[in-house]
Amino acid sequence: MKRLHKIFSLLTVVLLVNATALRANEPSAVNATEHQAEESGELNVKELILEHLGDTYEWHITTIGEKHISVPLPVILYSKTTGWNLFMSSAFHHGHESHNGFYIAQEGNLKGKIVEKNATGEEIRPLDISLTKNAASLLISAVVLIVIILLIARSYKRNPLEAKKGFVGMMEMFILSVYDGIIKPAVGKDYKKFAPYLLTVFFFIFTNNLLGLIPIFPGGANVTGNIAITLVLAVCTFLIVNITGTKEYYKEIFWPDVPMWLKVPIPIMPAIEIIGVFTKPFALMIRLFANILAGHSIVLGLVCLIFVTVSLGTPTNASMTVVSVIFTIFIDFVELLVAYIQAYVFTMLSAVFIGLSHIEPHHHKEVA
Amino acid sequence: MSLLTPELGLLFWMLVAFGVVVFVLVVFGFPIILNGVEKRKNYIDESLLIAKQAREELSRVKADSESLINETRKEQAKIMAEAAKSRDLIVDGAKEKAIEEAAKILEGARHQIALEKEDAIRQIRREVASLSVDIAEKVLRERLDKKNSQMDMIDRLLDEINIPKS
Repeated sequence: MKRLHKIFSLLTVVLLVNATALRANEPSAVNATEHQAEESGELNVKELILEHLGDTYEWHITTIGEKHISVPLPVILYSKTTGWNLFMSSAFHHGHESHNGFYIAQEGNLKGKIVEKNATGEEIRPLDISLTKNAASLLISAVVLIVIILLIARSYKRNPLEAKKGFVGMMEMFILSVYDGIIKPAVGKDYKKFAPYLLTVFFFIFTNNLLGLIPIFPGGANVTGNIAITLVLAVCTFLIVNITGTKEYYKEIFWPDVPMWLKVPIPIMPAIEIIGVFTKPFALMIRLFANILAGHSIVLGLVCLIFVTVSLGTPTNASMTVVSVIFTIFIDFVELLVAYIQAYVFTMLSAVFIGLSHIEPHHHKEVA
Repeated sequence: MSLLTPELGLLFWMLVAFGVVVFVLVVFGFPIILNGVEKRKNYIDESLLIAKQAREELSRVKADSESLINETRKEQAKIMAEAAKSRDLIVDGAKEKAIEEAAKILEGARHQIALEKEDAIRQIRREVASLSVDIAEKVLRERLDKKNSQMDMIDRLLDEINIPKS
């Protein structure tokens, strides 16, 4: 997302140049999108938004005229024919050129990905663990988070008895609000054991959400709105829930306290319970992914409104610009809230699932 | 759609990044912070308790000292009263003794005066007697210059002595 610079460039552009010049200067259209847009003379909004929501090999900052300004990122590939390859994404010259037989596909299913041609001339993907925009953003946020939390921890190690002030004090309040407000009540008895993991999850998601809201480098990547990210988070929670689950938890799954005909001969309830085991983390994964993705899409869509209405003439364009900017600001505030809420919800649900997997036998009295 | 299929490369980086973050923060991060907070909470609770105890102790000490002061004051008053009493006693005794002594001295003086007086009277008497004898001698000598006057005298005297006899 490069909302801010879009807005700035737009404001100058709307005042100074005509529609054609605007299209040529349109900063958000990158690579393939730009070419298409230039060729057709129209802005392909869908392509543009999808590209920003997805992942790229370079961190695009802006385009001035014909010059792309972007941060090159390392590309790491393993090809069956040429082995390991490591080079900077600037070697592709923004997707225009190929390097060592690799190039960025412009069409088809693999569009936007690095591909190579195999012996039969088919386009295939090499093993691709390039440090893409999302991966780089992920690493940046990881470093930021580790530095911040370790700084706070150091302050506690040095002087645990002093009342913390300033940033550490604020973070303490934040950490304790999560700790006392979510983890303690949701996990139950064993909350101390799981608190560090759950706090890590909370702040990891929150940091990434916030970084995603910053329009330019080093933010703006759609990290928590990427399914690979939420998948890993959900799998971690799934593993913790099911590995640390008590006997009672598994008994409730495979032999729940329901009338016999629901269990034998057709294990209806166990089947439902087992599905439930998997739907819980699945819901976690989809919820975070969809919320952040939607937020980014809305902001992008609102910003694109400016460029779409260019063809409708200057008065319409100018008024739509005002509307778009106001709405974008509003949605950004909403996104700030969503960044917190989604981290909160993910942590809370993880805590609740962990709490549910640590249930104690509760029906002994009824049996006796 | 590619949005819904997890990208292998990103999955790898996410595993690495999240793994490192979780490891570092779970080992070196949050437990230290939470322990610190817990420690501080306990410290504050403890301090409050100690302060409360100290306050109680202080009020008790205060009450103690107050009662001590009261007692001392009472004691002081008692001692003062006793002192006054004994002082009065001593003064009274002294007074009595002084009066007695004075009386004794007076008595002695009176006695002495009486003795002196007697002595003086006796002396005066003696003086008077010898004077009168001298005078009488002189008178007699004068009168008895002549023989018949001497005889007259003897006669008169004899008469005088005889008259009461008769």
